[in-house]
Amino acid sequence: MQTVKMVVTGPFNAGKTEFIRSVSEIDVVSTERKISLASEKSVKEATTVAMDFGRITVDEDLVLYLFGTPGQRRFDFMWEILSEGMLGFIVMVDSSRPETFREARSILETFHAYAPTPYVVAANKQDMKEAWDIEDMRHVLRLDSKVKLISCVATERDSVKAILLELLYSILSEMENGEK
Amino acid sequence: MALSGNLRDFTITQLLNLINLANKTGTLIVEGPSETAEVSFRDGKLAYAQIDQEDSSLASVLHKAKKLSSGQYKSIQQGAAHISDKELGLLLINAGYLSQEDILTNLQLHFTDIIQHLFTWVEGFFHFDNDSLPPDDRISVRLDLENLIIEGSRQMREWEQLQDEIPSLDMALKFTDRPGTNLRNVNLSVEEWRVVSYINPRNTIRQIASATKMNDLEIRRIVYGLLQAGLVVTTRLEGVSTSAPTVRVFPTEDKEEQKSLVNRLIDRIRSL
Repeated sequence: MQTVKMVVTGPFNAGKTEFIRSVSEIDVVSTERKISLASEKSVKEATTVAMDFGRITVDEDLVLYLFGTPGQRRFDFMWEILSEGMLGFIVMVDSSRPETFREARSILETFHAYAPTPYVVAANKQDMKEAWDIEDMRHVLRLDSKVKLISCVATERDSVKAILLELLYSILSEMENGEK
Repeated sequence: MALSGNLRDFTITQLLNLINLANKTGTLIVEGPSETAEVSFRDGKLAYAQIDQEDSSLASVLHKAKKLSSGQYKSIQQGAAHISDKELGLLLINAGYLSQEDILTNLQLHFTDIIQHLFTWVEGFFHFDNDSLPPDDRISVRLDLENLIIEGSRQMREWEQLQDEIPSLDMALKFTDRPGTNLRNVNLSVEEWRVVSYINPRNTIRQIASATKMNDLEIRRIVYGLLQAGLVVTTRLEGVSTSAPTVRVFPTEDKEEQKSLVNRLIDRIRSL
């Protein structure tokens, strides 16, 4: 059995767990615990402290694993471990919480420093009325025009599929360019 | 017990806070990567400060503050080099050239500048010599530390923010290829130009800091400004082997098999 993995990262409450849950064929294995910080508690009650883990079986010989990183900075010691051997990564950004954009940018740079693999940025929660416009987000996140910044609603499977496909197209494209 | 340690564990702001709360008298000696500072306190108040390579004599301080002309400063150095700061201060006051307040205010500003420079030090060792004070011939001040501590805390917050923005100094920088950006038309400070002159995907930010003799905070500040202005972007270091993944990305080394694997993944995701 061959296995490959992708990492889903992003700030606290960006929607990483929902993203994996939308496409995983197994119940997402996540280690959650009650949030202790009052500022974070106002956003949600429990968060991922170790990792989420989802699986998509491709065929008899190949399985894709999706790993979600803990969103809170104090667990960032896990990031480098999770990034080892990844095919590519997805940075989830909550479009409705601009106060997390700087953190998202920082996470992106950190992961890119760990491994020069392709990545896409998913502008999540685009269905919310507070969501920022994609191009405004690109500007604030300081993303080059070549970086794929894609609208996303992590609770919708088609939306998640679109993000995964864009990342796979990027991986394929980079492999083909590397041969030229 | 001796008050000594590493700035990584105890910041300058925390040290000032401790000295203030404990009403300490003595001299704090901080050995940074390239220079050493000595800061004296009396009863928890700032009395004197000096950085080893910098002239902290009264004549030099007043000259830098433009209270003495270059000609006057030169005459003092040549003709009155043997007199102490206290004697020189008295001479200037008696001659009606400066008031006592002028002298103390300018010394306070000079010492405050040294403390603010110290806030940028994030590496180094410190120790506090109880009851050690500057030589008697030097003029000392009595400056409350509270405002300096507040300023130090503000800089700490800035430092934390800059660390978030630029988490690693091992990244390189490159110029953005935005059409219409002409560096010649951008107003940069001398320090920014020094950094700009080293920008190259083969130089890490840390190497640029070393070449320009800037500490972590100073280089982060400048790089952050250049990033915000859209002049540069961070990039992976070129020309060196990056940390090769110890875990294989693909289960096979064969390029065609790898492509086939990605295509199988694409087909599977489409079919979900």
